[in-house]
Amino acid sequence: MSQQALVTLQNVGKTFGPVTVIKDVTVSVYAGQVQVLLGENGAGKSTLIKMMAGVYQPDAGHIVVDGQTVTLPTTRAAEDLGIATIHQELNLVPTMSIAENVMLGRMPTKHGLVDRSALRNRARAALALIGLDVDVDTLVGDLGIARQQLVEIAKALSINARILILDEPTAALTRHETESLFAVMADLRRRGVGMLFISHHLDEIAEVGDTVTVLRDGEFIAEVPASTPEDDLVKLMVGRSIEDQFPRVTGDVSQASAILTVDNLTSTGSFSDISFSVKAGEILGIAGLVGAGRTELIRAIAGADRYTSGTVAVRGRHLPNGSIQAAIAAGIGHVPEDRKGQGLVLDASVNDNLGYATLASTAKLGLVDFAGQRSRAGEVATKLRIRMHTIDQPIGALSGGNQQKAVFGRWIIAASTVLLLDEPTRGVDVGAKVEIYELMNAITAAGGAILMVSSELPEILGMSDRILVMRDGRLAGELTAAEATQDAVMTLAARDVDENHEQR
Amino acid sequence: MSTTTLPAKRRGLDYKKFLANNGALVGLVVLCLALFIATPDFLTAQNLLNIGIQVSTVAVLAFGMTFVIVAGGIDLSVGAVAALSAMSSGWMFASAGLPGWLALLGGLFIGALAGTINGLANAYGKLPSFIATLAMLSVARGLTLVISDGRPIKMPAEVSFLGGSLGPVPMPIIILVLAALAASFLLNRTVIGRSMYAVGGNAEAARLSGLPVKRILVTVFALAGLFAALAGLLLAGRLDSAQPQAAAGYELDAIAAVVIGGASLAGGLGKISGTFVGALVLVVIRNGLNLLNVTSFWQQVVIGLVIALAVGIDVLRRKTRSS
Ligand SMILES: Nc1ncnc2c1ncn2[C@@H]1O[C@H](COP(=O)(O)OP(=O)(O)OP(=O)(O)O)[C@@H](O)[C@H]1O
Ligand SMILES: [Mg+2]
Repeated sequence: MSQQALVTLQNVGKTFGPVTVIKDVTVSVYAGQVQVLLGENGAGKSTLIKMMAGVYQPDAGHIVVDGQTVTLPTTRAAEDLGIATIHQELNLVPTMSIAENVMLGRMPTKHGLVDRSALRNRARAALALIGLDVDVDTLVGDLGIARQQLVEIAKALSINARILILDEPTAALTRHETESLFAVMADLRRRGVGMLFISHHLDEIAEVGDTVTVLRDGEFIAEVPASTPEDDLVKLMVGRSIEDQFPRVTGDVSQASAILTVDNLTSTGSFSDISFSVKAGEILGIAGLVGAGRTELIRAIAGADRYTSGTVAVRGRHLPNGSIQAAIAAGIGHVPEDRKGQGLVLDASVNDNLGYATLASTAKLGLVDFAGQRSRAGEVATKLRIRMHTIDQPIGALSGGNQQKAVFGRWIIAASTVLLLDEPTRGVDVGAKVEIYELMNAITAAGGAILMVSSELPEILGMSDRILVMRDGRLAGELTAAEATQDAVMTLAARDVDENHEQR
Repeated sequence: MSTTTLPAKRRGLDYKKFLANNGALVGLVVLCLALFIATPDFLTAQNLLNIGIQVSTVAVLAFGMTFVIVAGGIDLSVGAVAALSAMSSGWMFASAGLPGWLALLGGLFIGALAGTINGLANAYGKLPSFIATLAMLSVARGLTLVISDGRPIKMPAEVSFLGGSLGPVPMPIIILVLAALAASFLLNRTVIGRSMYAVGGNAEAARLSGLPVKRILVTVFALAGLFAALAGLLLAGRLDSAQPQAAAGYELDAIAAVVIGGASLAGGLGKISGTFVGALVLVVIRNGLNLLNVTSFWQQVVIGLVIALAVGIDVLRRKTRSS
């Protein structure tokens, strides 16, 4: 490439205390190109881009912008050079409106006061770019995780950056919104914006990328064109090939009895009249667009929210409305959609986080069974291959994918037999995904049942034995694994969807 | 790619880590050394016992406050609840004619009850703990005045015993040690104690993991009330009477002790040992300033600066550790 790079990280390194996270990595972003960063959970992708964003300073090497060596002591310094970043973890103020969040730090003013109408208009324009249609006065805290992600994207887009860093922007999105984002990226690319894109969805790489930089354990492995076949990318990334991305082993469930039965479940304003059952040994997938009521349904079953009418039963026993403890006692385990906000206590150790669900049940006379909790946590951490420095380190310091595995691990320890999974592999790398899928197989093989909400259609199609599709809070249809195709699911999920999406 | 376990830290780093995690303790040692050099009156048996007695009230209050702050709340009512409990105890003995030991237990019960009400208002009534306990501060102080009609009440012998001595050792110091052991056991070993950290760190994650968050919060405030009552009885025992304005403003000392001890007002962090050191720092500074004949007006200024300094250092420390 003869053209000068917009920004280059030149032989950078980064250590946290005794841990070396990035070793001698070089990566560049060129105008009008999308550079993809690929690597397993904990490979160092987020750490790398944080050096470009002014969040961390490299301990070795340097940063070059437009041919000039620069230091980026603050995120503001990076923004001033035209570098905007969409971080993996959301950085929004839940108690402020969408408009205020989008324009945070850049509030338009008139006579020294916030110009509220300009604020709203600029925010609306930013939201329109990615096709998010909600009132800009809505509080961000009232939005689901996917919409929050869209607000975060709108915020970065509204900066008019020359360099846009996107750290797993699509992890929380359904295909529909992902495509809106890709359309925006295509437009930005035509306008000469350089982009750095991170995703664990390999199919997205060829779609939006130009070149791919592969990292493993913080080291540079290779730079290859984005058109490289997925299997080769996987091999570069994990060092071995993965035979089957969706290794679902289906048992014969025709004779099995229903474990989880949901009858006419209604929660006013979220979903209505939902009835289904999941049999022992079965994985039931729930597909739908963002806002279809899937998360609300899962939370109601888990006892996290109260419902208006209907019943939930496990093995024929009705569960009381709104009781998480009763649900857990009946064998339910709930992996919520937002690991940072709902799944983990970030300041607490990996050990503690893995053990919360069994803290009380394993205690004797109200005293914590420290030794037992510790050995169980250690076992599960090894089984799930959670990458960490020690099990006593705060879980907030783990990479996103490893945090996700820990939320999952809590219910493995609790020996839950009915798992309610809300985006169970969000942000998890291909290798670890397969490990989680194997665990799901093991749970169903042992007679457990799994209800899985996922926005990743390939995952729904690849792992479910049956698929329910929700639209606007209602069941729009049911498909067997044999009948289900992306088209069939999308047709049910969005009747009014345009041609483009139906063709995928 | 298995679970990566990196080699353990080198030994040489450990003392640095110790310093970083025990800033308040280091501060306390430096403070004591400075006072030792500055005045011969500091390191005398009498003065050290004095410090022990003075710290007992603040520390016992602060232990209760530690539970609340670890669980992500704040309790502004502990001083007033301490006074109310002692006054109730005196009233039960002097006016209602209960036996002294029963009056003592009654006082503890009143404290736990006031705390429980705080907890119910916070967990079920959805009042922020700041507001719920601010209201309780006013109610408890008011009731104390109502019961006593603004006059001190004589305490039963059982309570006065708490303010006395067992051989050469003052009872408040013995109670302090017992309270510290109990509080630390509770926080470190029991399910309810470990749950407090989870609730303070992320209440929603704790709830979705099946922890009974509301019950935990009620227990936390009840414990704070109980410890406040104990502190109130200690104080009354020492003075041999319950004073209507006893322990006024002590809630701020308790909060300061907890925070100097390394807890975070955001919740999820804090230790009983830290709180104990925090309380000692406050009391030793006051004691030292007294010995050096600094007026109480200036003492307030110094204490304020120390709190700001201690917490400022702590914030800096956390920032450098996390990046
Ligand atoms: N502040 C920190 N302190 C200590 N270790 C850290 C810190 N931040 C990251 N790490 C460690 O650095 C490694 C790389 O983390 P990073 O978040 O960059 O991974 P990633 O490639 O983005 O992974 P993912 O795909 O899961 O998001 C991990 O092992 C992580 O535990
Ligand atoms: Mg990352």
